[in-house]
Amino acid sequence: MSESVKIHVENLTKKYGDLLVLDDISFRIQKGEFVCVVGPTGCGKTTFLNLLSCLIEPTHGRILIDGIPADPKKHDIAFVFQEPSSFPWLTVKGNIGFGMRMKGWPREKREKRENEILKLMGLEKFAESYPGQLSVSTEQRMVIGRAFAMHPDLLLMDEPYGQMDVKMRFYLEDEVIRLWKETGTTVIFITHNIEEAIYLAQKVLILTNKPAKIKEQLSIDLPHPRNVSDAEFIRMRKYVTEQIKWW
Amino acid sequence: MDERAVKLTLKNVSKTFYDRNGGIPAIQNVSFTVYDNEFLVILGPGLCGKTVLLNTVAGLEQPTSGQIFLDSRELHGTDPGIGMVFQKKALFPWKTVMQNVEFGPKMRGIPKDERRKTAQKFIDLVGLQNFENSFPHELSGGMKQRVGIARAYANDPELLILDEPFGALDAQTRYSMQEEIIRIWKSEKKTILFVTNNIEEALYLGDRIVLLSRQPATVKETYVIDLPRPRDMLSPEFLKLREKISANMDITV
Repeated sequence: MSESVKIHVENLTKKYGDLLVLDDISFRIQKGEFVCVVGPTGCGKTTFLNLLSCLIEPTHGRILIDGIPADPKKHDIAFVFQEPSSFPWLTVKGNIGFGMRMKGWPREKREKRENEILKLMGLEKFAESYPGQLSVSTEQRMVIGRAFAMHPDLLLMDEPYGQMDVKMRFYLEDEVIRLWKETGTTVIFITHNIEEAIYLAQKVLILTNKPAKIKEQLSIDLPHPRNVSDAEFIRMRKYVTEQIKWW
Repeated sequence: MDERAVKLTLKNVSKTFYDRNGGIPAIQNVSFTVYDNEFLVILGPGLCGKTVLLNTVAGLEQPTSGQIFLDSRELHGTDPGIGMVFQKKALFPWKTVMQNVEFGPKMRGIPKDERRKTAQKFIDLVGLQNFENSFPHELSGGMKQRVGIARAYANDPELLILDEPFGALDAQTRYSMQEEIIRIWKSEKKTILFVTNNIEEALYLGDRIVLLSRQPATVKETYVIDLPRPRDMLSPEFLKLREKISANMDITV
């Protein structure tokens, strides 16, 4: 195994009673890689995510982070869900600093990092605002900033831009690429949206219908920012669509 | 000179909400027409006032100023000629698919045999045969929206308003429902007013697109979409139009 492998998933299998949801999934993710997971609706993406985040136990198989079985006590695993999940009683700054406070970062280090993230996300003028005073997209940006702030070992993003208009989505996608490049975080981003996957990922994991297996791992070498009208981009989008199309 | 019959006309419609601190304009001087049997898409960025505009047409909100006409009749409040499909599932959870779809005709006192026949026709049309006796919680998100569409059709409205009906569906189910709504509209012609914040969806569906600005919503531009159906979302013409409209669309950060 190469030294730069960050995440190592081996024979991951999940059954609910007799219902096989995930069937023997194995893959590796390099340190600092941006991976998107796509699959047909209802294929088991959420189960997959819940396993990776250690919210549920696999039936067989294991997940290693830096060669050690994934353990939320040892590893920092950050999430961004589809619905913004902020602490409504904390300010934007308080939300961004929450994880660092939980992990006992010294005050000076924490404040420095909070300010960096506020600046990086263009949220300085909202530092003392509460989530209820923000638009949904601004709130989601704060949540994403919070997730990147801790330099997590693994950042899991579950369709964070699902309900936003296309223009906002492109804007936030560019922002997430910028954050990822600045922090070097390893990201697994789950989406139904094939265009979004091709726009973001260095590698796309294509899942089959339930029980989910890995159908293919597709590398995408196009430089960022990508052009959705580019011929090679369209070719890849068509190809991935053919792999999972059910509609 | 356009010879087509006009179904719906909005003339300088404005809506302002008032609170202690003064007025908040949601829509401002919106005027447009919808032709008979046209599929018109209202496209606007998030939170621009799209839903306020629709609710005003549907009579759920009173305009602060301006007029709305269905054919030549000026609308004041709700009208039986207007049917609506909402973004969030507005189905009765304690009623079956059949009971949900036949609800409108039942309220109008249509005899059971007749209204069942109508309801069955639209249940078949939206592809839910064999689910007549299922309850909403037993259906997927896409199937629930099909019930909402069948229920609206069963009232035989002159104008059907769809308020981001696919907004809560995943990207793939959304594609399948976009194909479905075009199939349904082709087989049972209706005048449709469809609201979305999704440019790709607007271009796939609309005969014309009315682009709204950010709040307070004003009409920014109207596009006539001549692409033949079924439309290919990855064709160069489609992507070019998408880029053009995207460049003209406001962003609210």
